[in-house]
Amino acid sequence: MSSVAPGNRGFFVGLGDAAYQFASAWGDVTEFAWRSFGWLFTRRVSSNNLVSIFFQIGVRSVPVVGITGLFIGMVLAVQSYGEFLRFPSMKGWMGAVINRSVICELGPVLAATMLAGRVGSAIAAELGTMRVTEQIDALVCLGINPIHHLVVPRLLACALLIPLLTVLADFMGVTGGAFISTQYFGIEPYQYWSMSQKKIDTWDIFVGLFKSCVFGAAIAIISCHRGFHSTGGAEGVGKAATAAFVRSFVAILILDFFLAMFFNNIHRYFWPRA
Amino acid sequence: MSTKPPSTLSFKLPPPPEPLVRFENVSMYFGDQEVLREINLAFEKNRTHAIVGESGCGKTVMLKLMIGLLKPTSGLVTIDHKSIVDLSEKEQVVERLKIGFVFQGSALFDSMSIFDNVAFPLREHTKMKPSEIEQAVKSRLQEVGLPRGVERKRPPELSGGMRKRVGVARALMLDPEVMLYDEPTTGLDPIMTDVINNLIQQTHQRRGVTSIVVTHDMKTVRKVADRVVMLYPANRLEPGEMQVIFDHGPNDLPISSDRRVQQFIRGEAFFGSDRLDIATEDIHGAEDVF
Repeated sequence: MSSVAPGNRGFFVGLGDAAYQFASAWGDVTEFAWRSFGWLFTRRVSSNNLVSIFFQIGVRSVPVVGITGLFIGMVLAVQSYGEFLRFPSMKGWMGAVINRSVICELGPVLAATMLAGRVGSAIAAELGTMRVTEQIDALVCLGINPIHHLVVPRLLACALLIPLLTVLADFMGVTGGAFISTQYFGIEPYQYWSMSQKKIDTWDIFVGLFKSCVFGAAIAIISCHRGFHSTGGAEGVGKAATAAFVRSFVAILILDFFLAMFFNNIHRYFWPRA
Repeated sequence: MSTKPPSTLSFKLPPPPEPLVRFENVSMYFGDQEVLREINLAFEKNRTHAIVGESGCGKTVMLKLMIGLLKPTSGLVTIDHKSIVDLSEKEQVVERLKIGFVFQGSALFDSMSIFDNVAFPLREHTKMKPSEIEQAVKSRLQEVGLPRGVERKRPPELSGGMRKRVGVARALMLDPEVMLYDEPTTGLDPIMTDVINNLIQQTHQRRGVTSIVVTHDMKTVRKVADRVVMLYPANRLEPGEMQVIFDHGPNDLPISSDRRVQQFIRGEAFFGSDRLDIATEDIHGAEDVF
């Protein structure tokens, strides 16, 4: 005799079904990522293919990432100045607050978010279109592994170029924050930069860049996976593009949390008094 | 040296055509939907076979099973005694290179020029020099009747018929032993349909390839096929010789007495309860018609 009341059976069945779907989807993405990384180390990617994808993903993202970084730095200066007005002697700390925020968190996360929107959805739409027009099947029929030909160059481009774009976003954010703080709010430049120097070390820059590398790989895997599994014509391609952005964005935030915890623990372990 | 006269006069009959592609008890389901049920078929070497049937009855699925794009739910599909889906990844590539696949929508790579599309298999699988590749591509484009200069264009700039011919040229680049055509004349005008039909015929004659053509265009079937297989939803009807089907029946109708085959070949719609009767019959069992 079942111990579950008949009225609750539907709920438990639904819950089990949802858990199964989640596990199945997660397993699917993991297997896709495993195969992609496997091909990354198995066979060299054609340089022609790589250059054109690097151009699309890297060079074309420079303006949007630069502008985003600049304005984030400027907005941070405007918002924090209001708080520092209450403690005029602390104004010199503005540089430390703005630059640390930009380099440790906002630079990597915002650059990755902008790229999830610009590059992730474009990758999903492109591969989704290739799926529904049978171009991916054509690759298989021509004896080409579509993961090696389509996913690996995008994975390399995202994982290697997003850190460079993060450097750009950091630079623009730091410049924008400094410009507003020193030129508009009249903070002493020496104070601004010396406090920044005290509070930011090489470790922070390394963590920011390492995180952006992980975010890049996550964007590429999620977006390529959505594109590969696109179904149902134009509507399906649209859904794949949207899902690629949403899932990449959520993945960036979740990964950011766990990476922050991980690196904080490492930092405390090696430099307990810092 | 003495020569011994033959004691008896004997005629050596040509050997029966060897089956190249085999379906053994193949069933295919997508979720709960049954597409193919216990198919047993053989496609002989060096002949042109047509697979005909209503839309959605599983014709394209059969082609995708042959090249290993799909794995049958049960049963075995073999080409030259090998089941592609059961091979290792490297072996799959070797086997797939023996097969040319022409897709219904051509499936040309939009990001490449026509030249790059056709050169793609050579660049990926051979060590030919760029000048040799250029020569091979130009000669193949000429073979399929495309004008000079077309190689510089991109797929969206071409008409449907031209795209199909580029698809054929690309499929032929590695000299396959088997050519699979998925609805090669769908959406084309009658003249372009005839051009594509001629191309299928010429490819078969010049290269001696085994061709399997999925179509619902009876004009194509008449023109290119030696043998025909007719499919109904989740059911298969036995294959038959082209001549038997088309040339020896009364009023140029198939010799088969099966009403469904006659209606299909004449292009007549199924009306009212007829259609329902057929559906019921199909669910309950296979029937030989040819």
